[in-house]
Amino acid sequence: MNVLVCVKRVPAPGSRIVVTDDALDIDTTHLGFTMSPHEECAVEEAVRQIEAHGGSSVVLTLGPEAAVEQLQHALAIGIDRAILLETDATGWDAIATADAIVEALRTEAANSTPFHLLLFGNEAADSGDYQVAVRVAHALGMPCVSGVKSLEVGDGTLVARRDVRGGAEVFTAPLPAVVAVKEGINLPRFPSVPGRLKARKKEIERRPQAAPTPRVETIRLRVPPEQRSEAEILGRGPDAAPAVVDLLEQLGIVER
Amino acid sequence: MILVLIEHDTGVVESTSLQALTFARGLGEPLRGVAFGDGGARALEAAGAYGIEAGTHIRAQESHAPGAWAHAIADLAASTSSPAVVAAGTDRGHEILAHVGARASAPFVANCIAAERDGDAWNLARQRWGGSLLEDARVRGPLTLLTVALHAVAADAVPDAAAVAVDEIEPPFSEDDQRVRKTAFEATSTGAVSLGDARLVVGGGRGVGGAEGFVDLDALATTLGGTVGVSRAVTSAGWRPHAEQIGQTGERIAPDLYIACGISGASQHMVGCRGAKKLLVINTDADAPILARADYAVVGDLHQVVPAITTEVARRRTDDPPER
Repeated sequence: MNVLVCVKRVPAPGSRIVVTDDALDIDTTHLGFTMSPHEECAVEEAVRQIEAHGGSSVVLTLGPEAAVEQLQHALAIGIDRAILLETDATGWDAIATADAIVEALRTEAANSTPFHLLLFGNEAADSGDYQVAVRVAHALGMPCVSGVKSLEVGDGTLVARRDVRGGAEVFTAPLPAVVAVKEGINLPRFPSVPGRLKARKKEIERRPQAAPTPRVETIRLRVPPEQRSEAEILGRGPDAAPAVVDLLEQLGIVER
Repeated sequence: MILVLIEHDTGVVESTSLQALTFARGLGEPLRGVAFGDGGARALEAAGAYGIEAGTHIRAQESHAPGAWAHAIADLAASTSSPAVVAAGTDRGHEILAHVGARASAPFVANCIAAERDGDAWNLARQRWGGSLLEDARVRGPLTLLTVALHAVAADAVPDAAAVAVDEIEPPFSEDDQRVRKTAFEATSTGAVSLGDARLVVGGGRGVGGAEGFVDLDALATTLGGTVGVSRAVTSAGWRPHAEQIGQTGERIAPDLYIACGISGASQHMVGCRGAKKLLVINTDADAPILARADYAVVGDLHQVVPAITTEVARRRTDDPPER
C-alpha cells in the first residue's frame, strides 16, 4: 500500500497572536513553528498503516523552504519520502492549495506507483478552511471521509469512525480514498535520535510553484478586541474553599 | 434566493442552524431552507420563525454520506441560481459545504462572522485560529459558500413569520455518491453528560502534574454533578483520553461555570472555553494569562484547593440537609 500524507507548517502561538504591520500575516518574530496538530496525527497514522500493511509513504507540503523542518519531522518518525511544493508567495487559498496538490499527485501517479490512501488533517490550525482534502478527493475522483478518529484499512476498503453527539458514525469506502483525520485518532510518537539523523540525510524533492491566483482574497488580519476581565480573587490556598462554595451556591450549582 | 442548510434532530432545528438563519437574514435576499431526512419537513416549517420563505425537504437514507447530500445541494443551488449557500459552522456544515464547493468549483469560506454583498462580490469577516484572529476577505463569483461561526450571532426569531412553502424532492444520488456509506451508529454509554452539553466543567491542565493527579478533579466533578475536561498538554502527555480535550482541536464547551485548574491559558485552549458563562481559575501563578479572562480566581495549589472545595460542599450538605 502507498500512503500520502499532506501537512502544513504553522506558527505555534502562545496566549496572544500579534499581526504584522501590513496586517497580512502573523508576526512570527518571537514564535516557533510546528506541524498543524491534526496533521501531526495524520503523519503518525500513515506510519502506523505502513507498519501494519507494508508499502511506502510520502509526506507532502506546500510552503516556504523553512517547511523542510516539518518534512524532516515526518521523515524522522518513519515516512519514506518528502516532497516540498516550494513557494514564498502568499495568497494560497484552499482552492489554489488543492489544485497544486492535485497537480503534484498526477505527476506522482504518472512517474511511479499511485497512492491508495491520502491522509490530511481535518482543518489547518491557522486558516481553518475545512476543505483541501475534499477538493483533492473530488479532483481525483476518489471518495472522502472527514473528521476521522479511527481508521482500519482492509482488503481494498476502509472503515472510518468519527465522533458525533451521543456516539460515533461508522463509514466504509473503497480504496483509493482520501481521509481527513482529527487529533485523537492516535498519540503521535516523538522522533528518535537515529530517526532524526536518518531524516537529515534524506533528499527533499523540491517542486517550485508559480504564484497563485486566489479566489478568496485576504484584505487584512486583525486581532479581535480582547475580552479582559478583572478576576475577583476569592482567596489563597485551601482557606478559599468556603468563599468558592458560597459562589457555587450563588450560581445555583450547589443547593443552598 | 439564498439556500440555508437546516440541521435538525428528527424535526427539531439545531440551535446552531438558528444562528446561521439569523446571520443569513442579514444578507439581503429571501431564504430557502434545505433539510435532509426524517423530520426535515417539520424542521423547515419551524425554521419559518427564523425567516425562511420556502423550504426544500430532501428525502435521504440513513446510509448516505455527507458528500451525497452535497450533490443535492449543489444541484439545487444551480437550478435556483442561488448566489450563496449558508450553513452553521458545525463539523457537518463545514463538511457538506466543502463537498458543494468541490462539486460546483465554488469558493467556500468557513466560520464567517459578517458578510456583505458588494456588486458581484462578498466582503466577509471570518475567524481564523479558532477565533483568536479575524480575517477580512473578499470573494467573487456566481456562487459563494459560507459557514457561520458558532455562537458569533445570537439566534433571533422574526416578529412576523409567514408559513413556509415546503417542497419535497428525491435526491439525485449517483453511483459515485454511494461509495462512502454510513454503515452504523455506535451510541456511547448512556448516563454520562457530554462535555459539549455539560452545565459545569472542571478542567485540568499541565499543573495537575500527572494522570493520578486527576483524582481530585474527578471527585469535585462528581460531587457537583459536572464533567471533567482537560487541556491539550494533558492529552498530548497521554494522561487523559483525547475525548476530554477542550480546545481548538478538541471540544467546545458552554457551561454555566468552568473551573480551570492548573491551566495557563494558551489560545488553543481558550477558544474551546470561550462559551463558558463564568470562569473560575485555580492556579499557583497569579500572573498566568488565563487570569486575564477569569471572573473569579483562587491563587494556590490545586491539589490543596480542589479537595478543600469538595470537602466544604460535602460538609454543608451534611450539616444542612435539604428539606423533604
